[in-house]
Amino acid sequence: MKFRGKVWKFGDNIDTDAIIPARHLTTTDPAELARHCMEDIDPEFARKVGAGDIIVAGENFGCGSSREHAPIAIKAAGISCVIARSFARIFYRNAFNMGLPIFESAELWDRVAGGQHIEADGGGGKIIIVGSEAQPLSIEPIPPFMQELIRHGGLMRHIAQKKQQSQGRK
Amino acid sequence: MGMTITEKILREHTELKELHSGMLINARVDVALGNDITAPFAIEEFRKAGGTAVFDRDRVILVPDHFTPNKDIQSAAQCKVLRDFVNEQNLTHSFEGGTVGIEHALLPEQGLVLPGDLVIGADSHTCTYGALGAYATGVGSTDLAAVMLTGEAWFKVPESMKIVLHGSLRRWVSGKDLILYIIGRIGVDGARYRAMEFTGDTIARLGMADRFTMANMVIEAGAKNGIFIPDAVTEAYVRERARRKWRFYDSDPDAVYASILDVDVSRIEPQVAFPPLPSNTRGISEVGEIRIDQVVIGSCTNGRIEDLRIAAGLLKGREAAPHVRLIIIPATPGVYRAALQEGLLEIFLNAKAVISPPTCGPCLGGYMGILADGERAVATTNRNFIGRMGHPGSEVYLASPAVAAASAILGRIAGPDSL
Repeated sequence: MKFRGKVWKFGDNIDTDAIIPARHLTTTDPAELARHCMEDIDPEFARKVGAGDIIVAGENFGCGSSREHAPIAIKAAGISCVIARSFARIFYRNAFNMGLPIFESAELWDRVAGGQHIEADGGGGKIIIVGSEAQPLSIEPIPPFMQELIRHGGLMRHIAQKKQQSQGRK
Repeated sequence: MGMTITEKILREHTELKELHSGMLINARVDVALGNDITAPFAIEEFRKAGGTAVFDRDRVILVPDHFTPNKDIQSAAQCKVLRDFVNEQNLTHSFEGGTVGIEHALLPEQGLVLPGDLVIGADSHTCTYGALGAYATGVGSTDLAAVMLTGEAWFKVPESMKIVLHGSLRRWVSGKDLILYIIGRIGVDGARYRAMEFTGDTIARLGMADRFTMANMVIEAGAKNGIFIPDAVTEAYVRERARRKWRFYDSDPDAVYASILDVDVSRIEPQVAFPPLPSNTRGISEVGEIRIDQVVIGSCTNGRIEDLRIAAGLLKGREAAPHVRLIIIPATPGVYRAALQEGLLEIFLNAKAVISPPTCGPCLGGYMGILADGERAVATTNRNFIGRMGHPGSEVYLASPAVAAASAILGRIAGPDSL
């Protein structure tokens, strides 16, 4: 499972109100949430971001509220994965449950600039900065069952798929 | 090896004999809750997974508290999804109109969460119930959906950090000041993934309201849960409310902690957290001259009757500064009624305050007190992120009810000693 895209860089402690302000939580429509993703930090973000692009952030990404609207907004905005120094606990869980792959990397933030392209290999556990001669950075690989969960589009879809498969076998 | 209270409660909710931090466990859930923002997602996921009936209609509690009374057409639709589900599932505890309160104040007040419980909620401030000696943590809507289906959830058993509070509190220093001070010391990720266990001789002198405030804000340090060892204060609070059995747990003397933070509370003055992070704290004497436009006293953090009494004590015979909008939000109908009966509402009206029905409203920039560009508020709420209470160019300063009331009167951020 590889993700290749342009880097959008953010700092430490990007909170869920920054990712999707609460004033937009009157909807659960992913497209509408995506339109307001990161708008209080960068009002143009949702318009500029391209399909497959990657967010690179500092410590404690996703701190604050438990709103699943946050990973949904990021995913629906076209972001293929988020790579941060660390993630807040509830966001970490929500991201996988929503089928948004995320990786922890202590080194990437210092090595990459916004606008550069990177490739994250979730199965192989490495990140390559495209056009750079540097050694790939290693990341904790996503285990196969979590890769499958992401491919299915999140926890509940994954459960539904598994249920269908097991019924099919019977 | 000794166990912490957090580990003991989690073990009691599994079939395991041994349990230690770092283990992945599947545990029985006593109470699962959601609100008008998170429940609609959970309900959708519940149905998609083929769910037809919740695991226990006594134990799933959905409270429409964030954008109620319905603030606009969209939020009305969200609340309707929640309400229809509550009716369809015939949930035992249902809240509507004048019975709605802010969930984390309402559930303990009604005796619906108890010591020893394992509680999950699709709301990050679910950690509030740790004040009772319960294990309580916030999750997303999908996790809530899974619990509504199965009555179980998976957890990684957190490491615990021990916060030892000793000494006597100075005048006007409350649970809010203690937790702001601690977050200031350890940072917004200082307890990430961990349980924060509060102990020390100061705790016995803290009432339940102060403990709820402290447990409420452990998420602001990134913690998974906050927890107090239940004692006589807990017992007195629970005995008059509970309608089922509860159980007290304690930490073993040889329990293992990832870290220990020792705090001499007698050195702490009232605290203010400057925007844009709850860890950005200063003592009230170091605040300087900051003119404000609004004061909000309320929320799951500080909307209890004890909080309103403190505010009323200062506002009695005084008025909010002419340029300040003072908004007071009793957290539950019970708090509202008590404030009425004790004459607090009259004090607030005389002080030129707006009194709102119970709602999360302005705390998360929903409604009932949104800030314009460049405006500043002192709030007894829990977050001061950019744009939290309105325009991204507005600012929120977090403080106790005492500092909030004094600031409203003086029109600038100030402590009660400045009155």
